[in-house]
Amino acid sequence: MSVLLFTVIVLIGAFLAGLVGSLTGLGGGVIIIPLLTLGLGVDIHYAIGASIISVIATSSGSAAAYVKEGITNIRIGMFLEIATTISAILGAVITVYINPGYIAVIFGLILLFSAAMMVRKKVDHSDNNTSGKLAVFFKLNGTYPTENGVKEYAVHNVVGGFLMMFVAGVISGLLGIGSGALKVIAMDNIMRIPFKVSTTTSNFMMGVTAAASAIVYLHRGQIDPGIAMPVTVGVLLGATIGSKILVKTKTDKLKIVFAIVVAFLAFQMIYNGLSGRL
Amino acid sequence: MRKQSKNFFADKDIQLILGTLLRVGVIASISVVLLGGFIYLYSNYAGTINYGKFNPDKSGLSSVAAIFHGMAHFDGSAIIQFGVLLLIFTPVARVIFSVFSFLIERDYLYVLIGLFVLCIILYSLSDKLVG
Repeated sequence: MSVLLFTVIVLIGAFLAGLVGSLTGLGGGVIIIPLLTLGLGVDIHYAIGASIISVIATSSGSAAAYVKEGITNIRIGMFLEIATTISAILGAVITVYINPGYIAVIFGLILLFSAAMMVRKKVDHSDNNTSGKLAVFFKLNGTYPTENGVKEYAVHNVVGGFLMMFVAGVISGLLGIGSGALKVIAMDNIMRIPFKVSTTTSNFMMGVTAAASAIVYLHRGQIDPGIAMPVTVGVLLGATIGSKILVKTKTDKLKIVFAIVVAFLAFQMIYNGLSGRL
Repeated sequence: MRKQSKNFFADKDIQLILGTLLRVGVIASISVVLLGGFIYLYSNYAGTINYGKFNPDKSGLSSVAAIFHGMAHFDGSAIIQFGVLLLIFTPVARVIFSVFSFLIERDYLYVLIGLFVLCIILYSLSDKLVG
């Protein structure tokens, strides 16, 4: 394949990945890796390197919009980044020692999990009742603006959330994705942070987490400019346009259709991983 | 019991500057990537690519020194890679900025936490981690 054709195909694919990723909240990496590996025969290590760069771009780009609204809890983000940066580096270091086939299988399983999380009904567990000693010590409790004025919230089970974030970081470093679905489990279900705060804070953390593992990838030569360029530009462009459309459209139906597509990709990744084709 | 952080309004100012910092970083790095991309395509468009097998030495741009060396020769790939570096350092700059802002707020616990996160990232900069 010629350089020009490859660049154009990846650019269009990455644009669509960024667009759909931001509309459904799933992120671009989960689509860009199957596209590169299954569709274009790119080695999974290159795909991971390109994907992590697009994660940084979209995270920083949208975090800029979120922090201005004052919903992001910077203290929660900073505190949990201790867990995610250490584990992301760990994941990025061990990824080359694992058989690419197994990485594809793990990737497929995470895809299935993310698809399930996407269509699931979200329940807000947040409250302002009792708060643990750790949450008070680390000043994690905060406020956020709502239609009925400023609302206070308390953070629960700090240790549990911290450990879950560690797992999310390993997956992120291992597969080159933001692993937003796992971060949501940690923040919404375990720490019981309100949606508005958890979504933006998790997105805010994603950039730092991805940067930690991206440096390891860069040193190892996993970030190839010929792939990173169209992937980053395409995903960022798609995500920016996606976030503009998002305000105006209902995405329930799109999420179900997309969950089916993602599930299909997941089985493809698992099948190809097990049969040793990746 | 007082649960909220003390300086909510000070925090808001910091968040505003943080948001701008992130946006400027992303725009700057994408511009560099695009510039490098055009040079790269202009000089390589007819060549063929083969990414079928991972080869650590293929791009030859896996260190900061190599990237700067390539940039001196207006090598498109090296310029793209420099843009990627800028992008990687955008969130890192955010952590550095947060440390300073917590210092101004006299929240020393979070100054420590921020410095710790920064140390972890700086540690990954040493290529000892890559076997």
